Amino acid sequence: MIEQVAVSGLLMGLIYALVAVGLSLTWGVLDIINFAHGEYLMLSMYTAFWLYTLFNMDPYVSLPLAALLIFVIGYLNYKIVIKKVIDAPGLTALLATFGLSLLFRNLAQFFWTPNIRFISNTIVTDKKIELGSVVLGMPQLVAAIGSIIMVFVIYHFITKTKIGKAIQATAQDKSTARLMGINTEKIYALTLAIAGAAAGIAGSFMSTFYPVYPESGMMYGLLGFVIVALGGFGNIMGALYGGIIIGLAEAFGAYFLGTQFKYAVVFLIYLVVIQFKPRGLFGW
Amino acid sequence: MVQPMLQVDGVTMKFGSLVANNRVTFHVNKGEIVGLIGPNGAGKTTLFNCISGFYTPTEGRVVFRGTDITGMKPHLICKLGLTRTFQIVKPLKEMTVKENIMTGAFLHVNTRREAEESADEILEMTHLHDKRDQLAGSLTIADKKRLEVARALATRPDMLMLDEPMAGLNQTEVKEVMELCVSLKENGLTLMIVEHIMEGIMPIADRVVVLNAGEKIAEDVPEVVVNDENVIKAYLGERYHAQSKKS
Amino acid sequence: MVIIRDILRDQKKGIAALLVLIGLLPFIIQDNNFRHVMIMFVLFAALGQAWNIITGYAGQTSFGHAAFFGIGAYASTVLLWKFDVSPWIGMLVGGIIASLVACVVSYPCFKLSGHYFAIATLAIGEIMLQLFVSWEYVEGATGIMLPIKEKGLLNMQFHPANKLPYFYIIYLLFVLIVSIAYIIERSKMGFYLKAIRENPDAAMAIGIDTTKYKLYAMAVSAFLTAIVGSFYAQYVMYIDPFMVFALRISMQIVLLTVLGGLGNIFGPIIGSAILIFLSQYTRIILGGTGKGVDLILFGLLVVVMACYQPNGIVGLFRKFVTKRRREVGVHGTADVAG
Ligand SMILES: Nc1ncnc2c1ncn2[C@@H]1O[C@H](COP(=O)(O)OP(=O)(O)OP(=O)(O)O)[C@@H](O)[C@H]1O
Ligand SMILES: [Mg+2]
Repeated sequence: MIEQVAVSGLLMGLIYALVAVGLSLTWGVLDIINFAHGEYLMLSMYTAFWLYTLFNMDPYVSLPLAALLIFVIGYLNYKIVIKKVIDAPGLTALLATFGLSLLFRNLAQFFWTPNIRFISNTIVTDKKIELGSVVLGMPQLVAAIGSIIMVFVIYHFITKTKIGKAIQATAQDKSTARLMGINTEKIYALTLAIAGAAAGIAGSFMSTFYPVYPESGMMYGLLGFVIVALGGFGNIMGALYGGIIIGLAEAFGAYFLGTQFKYAVVFLIYLVVIQFKPRGLFGW
Repeated sequence: MVQPMLQVDGVTMKFGSLVANNRVTFHVNKGEIVGLIGPNGAGKTTLFNCISGFYTPTEGRVVFRGTDITGMKPHLICKLGLTRTFQIVKPLKEMTVKENIMTGAFLHVNTRREAEESADEILEMTHLHDKRDQLAGSLTIADKKRLEVARALATRPDMLMLDEPMAGLNQTEVKEVMELCVSLKENGLTLMIVEHIMEGIMPIADRVVVLNAGEKIAEDVPEVVVNDENVIKAYLGERYHAQSKKS
Repeated sequence: MVIIRDILRDQKKGIAALLVLIGLLPFIIQDNNFRHVMIMFVLFAALGQAWNIITGYAGQTSFGHAAFFGIGAYASTVLLWKFDVSPWIGMLVGGIIASLVACVVSYPCFKLSGHYFAIATLAIGEIMLQLFVSWEYVEGATGIMLPIKEKGLLNMQFHPANKLPYFYIIYLLFVLIVSIAYIIERSKMGFYLKAIRENPDAAMAIGIDTTKYKLYAMAVSAFLTAIVGSFYAQYVMYIDPFMVFALRISMQIVLLTVLGGLGNIFGPIIGSAILIFLSQYTRIILGGTGKGVDLILFGLLVVVMACYQPNGIVGLFRKFVTKRRREVGVHGTADVAG
């Protein structure tokens, strides 16, 4: 039973990690908490849902489309809104991203009703793998594997490619990056777009086993903040470890204390860790 | 012997393997102006941070008027009568000049009126009176430097530590700061001043302490210090270094 | 606009005038619907005002004020329901508990900087929610229906069709909170809190015990938030954790205050007026379809404001006032010269 809990927690944690990576980049590079990140997830899930319902496209097939769509939304978010608030004092940037999140969530509710929907018949639905006493749901397994691959792809992109290094340099010191000839404007837009794409991919995976409704991204957005803060903002591997820690904490919390406590455990772990590591476990 | 105002005793500050201050020992007597000079990166600001409680020295002791203040919280050190300013000015941007000074004045008074009276006096003294209603964030760098001193003065310290109060000021402004320092001294204040502008610090300092690469290399009256071989070398070395960097 | 200009110029008179106006409106307009809207408006303005003390003045962003709101709501409700204690006493008890909780949980968090503190408060709010959802003594997720008591001021219960007494109770609490905020803003504490917000290092260097003052601000803010929570429970007569501990509440407080103008007495009043009237009247006009049109509009407004008027609506008026002043000033000197 314990193995089952650990494995489920781990799978969920890997998906959380992919959600958190985008947030972490946004936080690290633009120094803003993007409250709309959870809504990117939600929009991606709806994309998968509608492509499935209207054109019978499997979420795995529509995944690139969803990723691209949210990539564009992230990019536009920067160009239209974030750009104007990035250097504003105080809570302005936060106000903007929170406004966006309200807007997306309620637009979704307006157009698609608050009803909870499921994608009922994908190629993985109801499939399972049994490893001894441990049962792995196929949708979760695929999502987790896909997520960890994506996390490493993004990690590789950030640490090895030229653009990635420019992103890193911008995160560390904006003005020096500018002196080095980096177009920070472009980097910001790209960062938000990549964050969107990551959320888009995570959302597509999740749509195979998680209900789709206007608020379906909210809890993930919140957990994302905790994971990012736990891992140290701007740190991709930190987000991965943070995601795994939170996934496991949630699973074990639910197992030992009851499901109603699972999020309390997660938040409590954050509060405790932050006492010893005020800038997260793996700050940049 | 009379007890010194400030006694710095073997203070060492390490950042990892970097030794920013290495067993620095000196003292400041009541009513003196002591200059603290040294090339860039010598560890002057770090020493200020160690004395004012922003850093806890790795080793050594700081004693202020007989009280061991090593590692004490900055606000408590200020309450004891030792106030510092910052090299990189820290104005309370969204507050007016007068409000900035009043905030300092509240250390010893509790009512708004008393704080205002106190602030008015200091506004006059520091030539900021005309700008009292401007937001501190909108001041020129010279005025921000003035405000930095004014706000510290408002806490009515017995000893004031100024970190480069003259940097970025023109000649007239430097003169004004010098006059202010001298008049503060005449009023019984003790001052320790970090300064790169020699014309600003040498004429007013009673004694000068020279730091280089974290170590104290000289301590004497200005006339002696400027002719000290080690000091000249330290400064020349810096200049030489700067030139070689350029080419 | 002239009135607004004068209000901003002479804060005290302006606040007094605004308070009188707010106090008279529901008395003059005898529409119950309108009175309900006014109650919600004043309630959220009061919450914004309380939150402003820790975030607007002291600069410590709290995303967890629903925790204190909920504690207030539950404290008075449980005392009334289980022990037959007057909600007025319950309100006081709730305020004190909220203050204590606020100090205990925020003290270790004050060393965190920026976003880390904000996320920590968010976590605290969510933990509170989860705790109350699973706390059987207070009926967990089921929530509590407040017992019907003898009507009157003592039990803070009145005929549901008559909203006026409810309005005046929350109105008085609101006036109390505004007064406290006003006094703090102009006192030593206000100066110290703003200094901490503007630059903690500078604050320490001039002798401010930053931790102590942040704690004071948090305690006062939590207390005031909790007493509004107690009133809310009395007004709606039923509470469950999802109503009073929701992140939605915390964020509404944040949004309306920032929208109106952070660190300013008028901010939360203006912000709440926009938020509440917008949501209540779009709902009435478009029918209670739950389509969230009000929130779409509000979201849009928030985004536009953030982009073009980062200092909130108060900032907009300010700009106008300074511009006018400058015009008047120029005019004045021209006169002298002429
Ligand atoms: N917080 C810190 N962490 C690591 N190194 C530091 C820190 N503060 C200062 N240093 C290092 O300590 C050395 C001394 O710096 P300090 O700022 O005290 O010099 P300074 O004499 O004030 O120079 P300047 O005249 O340029 O102001 C420098 O090498 C600096 O890089
Ligand atoms: Mg220095």
